[in-house]
Amino acid sequence: MKGNEAVAEGAIRAGCKGFFGYPITPSSEIAEYMARKYPKIGGIFLQAESELAAINMVYGGAATGVRVMTASSGPGISLKQEGISFIAEAELPCLIVNISRGGPGLGGIQPAQSDYFQATRGGGHGDYHIIVLAPASVQEMMDFAIDAFELADKYRIPVMIMAEGTLGQMMEPVIPRKMVTEFVDKPWATTGCRGRQPNIINTLHLTPESLEKRNIHLFSKYAEIKAKESRAETFLLDDAELVVVAFGLMARVVKKAIMEVRRKGVKAGLIRPITLWPFPEEYIKRTIKTAKIFLSVEINMGQMLEDIKLVVNGEVPVDFYGRIGVNPNPEEIAEQLLRVAEREGI
Amino acid sequence: MKVVATRPQSLTNAKFHYCPGCTHGIIHRLIAECIDELDQRENSIGICPVGCAVLAYEYFNLDMLEAAHGRAPAIATGIKRILPDRCVFTYQGDGDLASIGMGEIVHASARGEKISVIFVNNTLYGMTGGQMAPTTLIGQVTTTSPYGRTVEQAGYPIKMAELLAQNEGSAYIARTAVNTPANVVKTKKAIKKALQTQMNNKGFSMVEILSTCPTNWGLNPIDALKWLEENMIPNYPLGEFKVKEE
Ligand SMILES: Cc1ncc(C[n+]2csc(CCOP(=O)(O)OP(=O)(O)O)c2C)c(N)n1
Ligand code: SF4
Repeated sequence: MKGNEAVAEGAIRAGCKGFFGYPITPSSEIAEYMARKYPKIGGIFLQAESELAAINMVYGGAATGVRVMTASSGPGISLKQEGISFIAEAELPCLIVNISRGGPGLGGIQPAQSDYFQATRGGGHGDYHIIVLAPASVQEMMDFAIDAFELADKYRIPVMIMAEGTLGQMMEPVIPRKMVTEFVDKPWATTGCRGRQPNIINTLHLTPESLEKRNIHLFSKYAEIKAKESRAETFLLDDAELVVVAFGLMARVVKKAIMEVRRKGVKAGLIRPITLWPFPEEYIKRTIKTAKIFLSVEINMGQMLEDIKLVVNGEVPVDFYGRIGVNPNPEEIAEQLLRVAEREGI
Repeated sequence: MKVVATRPQSLTNAKFHYCPGCTHGIIHRLIAECIDELDQRENSIGICPVGCAVLAYEYFNLDMLEAAHGRAPAIATGIKRILPDRCVFTYQGDGDLASIGMGEIVHASARGEKISVIFVNNTLYGMTGGQMAPTTLIGQVTTTSPYGRTVEQAGYPIKMAELLAQNEGSAYIARTAVNTPANVVKTKKAIKKALQTQMNNKGFSMVEILSTCPTNWGLNPIDALKWLEENMIPNYPLGEFKVKEE
């Protein structure tokens, strides 16, 4: 199964009933999959006139209490940011998939992780965060779609799955997940006020007190998410002196490189953030004592690097290796690891 | 004692914040009366714009959402597609609908989205202090057309009712005004027809309502009604532009 199809099928298995999107490479197979499947199983597929419209259709769909999603890439995700800010403020659960490509501008459809800042800093206007999951396999594309909807409903928050275009296009075998059949109640949904007081979904706060209160509310929710939902995978970390941090498909390439340099006696290990927001700070913190150096490997010019530095806080050096538009191969990464190890006397 | 007039069920007890003589309030009441009369209060979902009516969710005693500027038709689409038996309407100003939200409204109409749009045309941006809108008349003075709107600089006013009537997906399109009691009655009829069009699954419906903004027109309420009649109606003819029968 292709990565893009797996995330779409995962969403269907999560009980997602509506897809609203606008075509863009390398994400379009998600829309195409939904366009084929939904008419047969009673879901709603709609090709919107723009990403602006698509994300607002998601806003409306999510407001009815039903699981809905959209998918896009680079320029399209930028256009969705207005809506994502509103959705975050209105606390509507939904899934946004970013099969990312390189930027800025039209950039290119080559693999990239250049939207890390946009995804983890909120992306649109105002103080907010969304949960961001970074899968590393086609199986995780499916699994995380289900996790994403569970998290979205639990915390009333938009969740983004961000994957490199390569992962969207890649084929791997997948063990299908069971259909989700249990859903939380959403008494806040706007469905027509039959037998109850009207519900209002809005994002406007006219007094300074209510605006501040609202922000404090959102941030107490974010604190809870940070405490409970930070996720990472580790690999050969126990004795690692060279700690590589990489996410997504990149992390798999790094694993191979680590095995190679281990054969040459270099004690290297990996932290792979699974939640990019919340950033799994604890995993970094726990290794500061044993690490001689952290190396962030990303397909961008150094974005997650800043989050690592914030946690490490100057206690050990943090280095960076990045490419744009290519997925570096294990040999290339191994070469970099050896270079850093030699320099640091590891 | 016989009650001859009462507050519609579909309005809350909140006091409108609109300026004296502003006709937004009349339009709210007409919508509420229509929803009551069609027995749709508990089945309706309304979407407010960004504009002077941004707080309409406090006035309608219904499930309500507030949209980003111009995006109400997309939100309405998301709701209606998921809940096709609900009565879904948007309430939008001319900046909201005819400028920043032009894409959303044209495509909602083209798709024949079964929603009803109440479009309040007051020829300018009320909420932000009277700037030029796509509907501002040639020669009209606003804060961003201080010497009067010129064709050279800003082109021509957009006629939304005529524009959307061309779309096959539009099932009911009308333009009315609320400057006289007779026109208020006609407006109510049009709103009701729009809602019925939606409930009968015929397609997209919109009522463009010529409305006053005495504050930003710099006129007293009476003169504002006169200005609407003398300047707006000749440029924005009233009537039904599309009535799909089948
Ligand atoms: C994206 C965005 N751009 C601009 C604004 C500022 N803004 C608020 S209301 C408004 C215009 C409202 O005018 P109209 O839609 O005609 O409604 P009215 O206030 O006249 O009823 C504008 C430009 C905004 N809120 N959001
Ligand atoms: S500014 Fe104009 S449109 Fe807004 S409430 Fe006042 S009179 Fe009405």
